[in-house]
Amino acid sequence: MKILRFAGIVPLIGLLAGCGSGAPSAKVGLNVELTGEMPAVGASAKNAAELFISQQNAAGGIPIGDQKIPLELVVGDNAAKADQAASVANKLIAQDNVIAMVGPDASACAIPASEIAEALKCPMISPWSTNPKTTVDVTTGKPKEYVFRACFTDTFQARVLAKFVLNNLKKTSAAALYDVASEAPNGQANLFRETFEANGGKMVAFETYTTGDRDFSAQLTKIKAANPEVIFLPCYYNDVPLIVQQARRLGITADFVGSDTWSTPEIIKLGGGEINGSYFCNHYSTQIATDVAQKFMTDYRAKYGQDPDDIAALTYDSFGILTEAIKAAGKLDRQAVRDALAKISAYNGVTGSFKFEGTGDPVKSAVILQIKDGKFVWVANATP
Amino acid sequence: MDYFAQQAINAIQQGSIYALIALGYSMVYGVLTMINFAHGDLFMVGAFACLLIASFFPLPFIVILILVMLATGFLGALLERLAYRPLRNAPRVSAIITALGCGLVIENVVLSLSPYAKPMPPLFTVTGYHIGGLSVSTLQLMIIGVSIALMLGLDFLIRRTSFGMAMRAISFDAKTVPLLGIPLNRIISVTFLIGAGLGGAAGMLYGQAYPVIAASMGILVGWKAFVAAVVGGIGSIRGAVLGGYILGTVEVMTVAFLPSTYRDLVAYSLLLVILIFKPYGLLGKAPNQKV
Repeated sequence: MKILRFAGIVPLIGLLAGCGSGAPSAKVGLNVELTGEMPAVGASAKNAAELFISQQNAAGGIPIGDQKIPLELVVGDNAAKADQAASVANKLIAQDNVIAMVGPDASACAIPASEIAEALKCPMISPWSTNPKTTVDVTTGKPKEYVFRACFTDTFQARVLAKFVLNNLKKTSAAALYDVASEAPNGQANLFRETFEANGGKMVAFETYTTGDRDFSAQLTKIKAANPEVIFLPCYYNDVPLIVQQARRLGITADFVGSDTWSTPEIIKLGGGEINGSYFCNHYSTQIATDVAQKFMTDYRAKYGQDPDDIAALTYDSFGILTEAIKAAGKLDRQAVRDALAKISAYNGVTGSFKFEGTGDPVKSAVILQIKDGKFVWVANATP
Repeated sequence: MDYFAQQAINAIQQGSIYALIALGYSMVYGVLTMINFAHGDLFMVGAFACLLIASFFPLPFIVILILVMLATGFLGALLERLAYRPLRNAPRVSAIITALGCGLVIENVVLSLSPYAKPMPPLFTVTGYHIGGLSVSTLQLMIIGVSIALMLGLDFLIRRTSFGMAMRAISFDAKTVPLLGIPLNRIISVTFLIGAGLGGAAGMLYGQAYPVIAASMGILVGWKAFVAAVVGGIGSIRGAVLGGYILGTVEVMTVAFLPSTYRDLVAYSLLLVILIFKPYGLLGKAPNQKV
């Protein structure tokens, strides 16, 4: 009986192996936040990835040698949780055998996933994770070899924002309120404080909360007593509207300034009128778009009926540099693709031009936007 | 002084919500000696039910409140009938795990219907009053007022009506009570109905106060309210209310006078200390030892 059953399995294995030798395709993993605390982030990333791949495959695929190889997307949902991001990374790399992984987007997920990618020697590009630890090995302080990102870092962003508050808004006292349990906000708040104080500003209050909190009245009452001119909120888009609303109800009149964690239109939908007039740092603006960006926006609108946010733009660029690297490598080999990625010296993407200089962090610029009457309005540019 | 008064108002608002949710845990524990871990998710359903009703029918606040309480109440009673009753004589651990499972199912059903956080429309115009440095809004007063009214109503129901007496009797001795002709199942169903209804009301008030609602909103608040119920003495109705207000006050006052990062550390350490000295909670009684 046992032998009979086994005999049944053998041809099945043969069949499965047969599948692999069919038409070759380049599998790319997408490890994103489809459910959990920030589903808007995952949805944008998935949309942009599918748009890129359909365009690339409509053109025949990536030219490698004398043949064109189509791209194949393998999507994994990390539910915006650190542990799940790591297990999705493991599955994509070890089981689905992807050539490279794009994502995760939230730093809290990207950092653990980057450890897996580094250990398994698989190239990873995070479109949106700005925390320095994503591309740097904390124990040695050296850059990770296989981990790249398509966005600027928090160190750069904090410097841009601190200077914007001091020089453009001409405000010298600030307070911060952020989620102490979340990687990107935590890093941004501390880096902002450092650069703001080093450039002559004064932090009058520095308050925290934890993920899932909805009541900020105690912290805001404290901030109100410290009377800052500006409140820095490096918080994800679903917390910001609540904080701003509660602050206004308590009679706080200070300006609000945020980081790229604000950068989805959901923040306007959830925010109501109170968020009007606030500023934040972003990766690109639809108002100063280059030709490449114009084309992307038109295509995205045509396919999904909405404006792409910066997560969509950065995801699109991540796939852009990845295909560029695969082309340059000339073969579907992780090591060759990694080496080609590190050598990208001028890629003209949706979010501007960028290059890599020895680390996984690109050299690129940022913009400051203001929320005005339900729209993101461009205010200033900031170069590295 | 203004600062302290403002923080005191914040604490009362926070405490009212915790107390209202803690009641549901305590009531169910009182009659069944089980922890209904799906309660935090019933709270979340209350907020979504309010959003659903309010976006289709522009009814007055009080009518929506009653509808929301009925909807979540019946969901709670249904949960008891389908999931908990078959396990009533099973080990307690099975019932508790079932409750956790039910909570996850509810949460994920809502998540699949509404993966995005949703803005909650205000049900009435909020007016803010600024007296000196103090800010109070009609919304805060309404939350505190409705919570206290519901808690007083429950207290009356339990202490002054025959249903309340039956509930207290079951809590005292669930084996003997049916022998005296009291419909055990019906009393338990109604207990779930009321407990879940109060949780739903808390969800609705919470949604008004913090108008971004999501499927995951009940998890953290649910756990905190559970802690409040335990500190107050689980099974004791007045204890749940006391525990809710203590937790709200400790949380807010820690933030008010210490770095806010220490909030949960200080708040929960203090609650642990209370439990060391009062292992059954502040108003809880040690279980009867039957020899």
